[in-house]
Amino acid sequence: MTNLTNHTIASALAGLKKKEFTAVELVDAHIKASEAARHLNCYITETFDTAREQAKAADERYAKGVALPLDGIPIAMKDLFCTEGVQTTAASRILEGFKPPYESTVSGNLKKDGTITLGKANLDEFAMGSSNTTSGYGNVINPWKRKGDNKDLVPGGSSGGSAAAVSARIAMGATGTDTGGSIRQPAAFCGITGIKPTYGRCSRFGIVAFASSLDQAGPFARNTEDCALLLKSMAGWDPKDSTSVNRPVPDYTAQLKAGVKGLKVGVPKEYRIDGTNPEILEMWDKGVQMLKDAGAEIVSVSLPHTAYALQTYYVIAPAECSSNLARYDGVRFGKRVEGDNLIDTYEKTRAAGFGKEVRRRILIGTYVLSAGYYDAYYNKARKVRKLIWQDFVNAYQKCDVLLTPTAPTPAFAIGENTQDPVTMYLNDIFTIPASMAGMPGMSIPVGLSADGLPLGLQLLGKPFDEETMFRVSQTLEDAAQFTAVPSNFVKAA
Amino acid sequence: MSIDKNTVTKIARLARIKVTEDEKEVLTKELSSILTMIAELDKVNTDGVEPLTSVVQMQLFEREDVVTDGAIQEKILINAPEQAAGFFVVPKVVE
Repeated sequence: MTNLTNHTIASALAGLKKKEFTAVELVDAHIKASEAARHLNCYITETFDTAREQAKAADERYAKGVALPLDGIPIAMKDLFCTEGVQTTAASRILEGFKPPYESTVSGNLKKDGTITLGKANLDEFAMGSSNTTSGYGNVINPWKRKGDNKDLVPGGSSGGSAAAVSARIAMGATGTDTGGSIRQPAAFCGITGIKPTYGRCSRFGIVAFASSLDQAGPFARNTEDCALLLKSMAGWDPKDSTSVNRPVPDYTAQLKAGVKGLKVGVPKEYRIDGTNPEILEMWDKGVQMLKDAGAEIVSVSLPHTAYALQTYYVIAPAECSSNLARYDGVRFGKRVEGDNLIDTYEKTRAAGFGKEVRRRILIGTYVLSAGYYDAYYNKARKVRKLIWQDFVNAYQKCDVLLTPTAPTPAFAIGENTQDPVTMYLNDIFTIPASMAGMPGMSIPVGLSADGLPLGLQLLGKPFDEETMFRVSQTLEDAAQFTAVPSNFVKAA
Repeated sequence: MSIDKNTVTKIARLARIKVTEDEKEVLTKELSSILTMIAELDKVNTDGVEPLTSVVQMQLFEREDVVTDGAIQEKILINAPEQAAGFFVVPKVVE
């Protein structure tokens, strides 16, 4: 039997159907791989025992011929999705021990389709970060290393545990959430594919909230087709989330091989930013050429307010976070540190429970929403956000998708970019604009840097047109033939 | 744009997060750096621009005004740091 952890989701489903192997074997292979990769710190909570039980049930369904669409596929669940009866921490000490009495809609949808969760994946605390180093449960280590350099690299963030798990072949797919780039940037850093669908495509019910007008769930996998399979399961209208959109979920795999002939691919000139790693710009040019060769028409477009997206984000996201995180008060759930009185209890609980990055963002958010600054900061940012949104609407009159780099650099070492919070924030410079506009985006691995690290390109699509984005992604994937595998995910004996 | 230590004290109080004197020094620097970045928004002309409230252009759906949930007191209390007789317990607020 070949190594079961090398299967894609599509090929594993075919193998299960043909009884080439069982779900128990598939899940066991991934549990073994997970145990061998524990030093990567991908999971905050492992759920191997439940997974084995669920695999048995999946095999019974296969035997009876009543298998579910994704039956027996082992995945990692970002620990931001509430899972009934299973600890959900958001990587924060303030939620340590919290066992939700309900299931998030997205994790519930995946479960209903037969996926098996191996564990709750590590992340930046409350999904706030770009390197997974703000987790209250230790940083995640990227399975990739630079050639000839043993330094541990970050997996990106915030969905770093999810991305590292899929890259290290300890899960076949994973869930993530993306507020300003938290699916796309870690996908690029770990050499895998990740998609943030249009805002409203997936329900946010049961996802620990960070910035509600931006948060959106999406999948990670090792290719376009697998992402399409997972997204189909995750997406859909949910009466429990008033911002989820009531429109049918298409079969995202149907058009994958339709090619790009006749499609217009926009290249935004404002994304050619000084200081971007030259290898990344070169890869971007290569990606443009690949799509041109495949028959797409390349058009130059302008998104004039790109340079202000990061600033807008760092008003809106902290403002919403300061409001959302007000609920962690030590009264109804989570950690409590006793004080002299109720206010003292709140203050001590929140000081002990929140890490530094979360605290910084709550304080910035509190400041920009406070009396006298609301108009100058918050309303100003919402107006600029409108202009950013308008930029995309205008660009999409000239093209069907946009192609850009995903991140300005490949994965960096743990401890780098920490001298000043703003340096770290620059990681999301290419992903944030589409987040502000609610547009769908994805990252696809297209090549390696000179020192052997994966580089990703970002595709951005029109609202609710994930299908076209997937088509272009499949074309890039076929042209790039990215087959490199990280070699350092099993700890040396 | 920079803020001083008193402002940090004030917003930390509003946010109900205890910060030590040493932490205030660091936070004053860090928050000023973030606010300096944010202040670049002043360069954008937003005259006559309506603030964006939602990226999804849709009408909210209506549902029947009926109870769809409830009678889950035990479930709600299950994660409480302290509870008694079906209630959350907090430090005394009224003397």
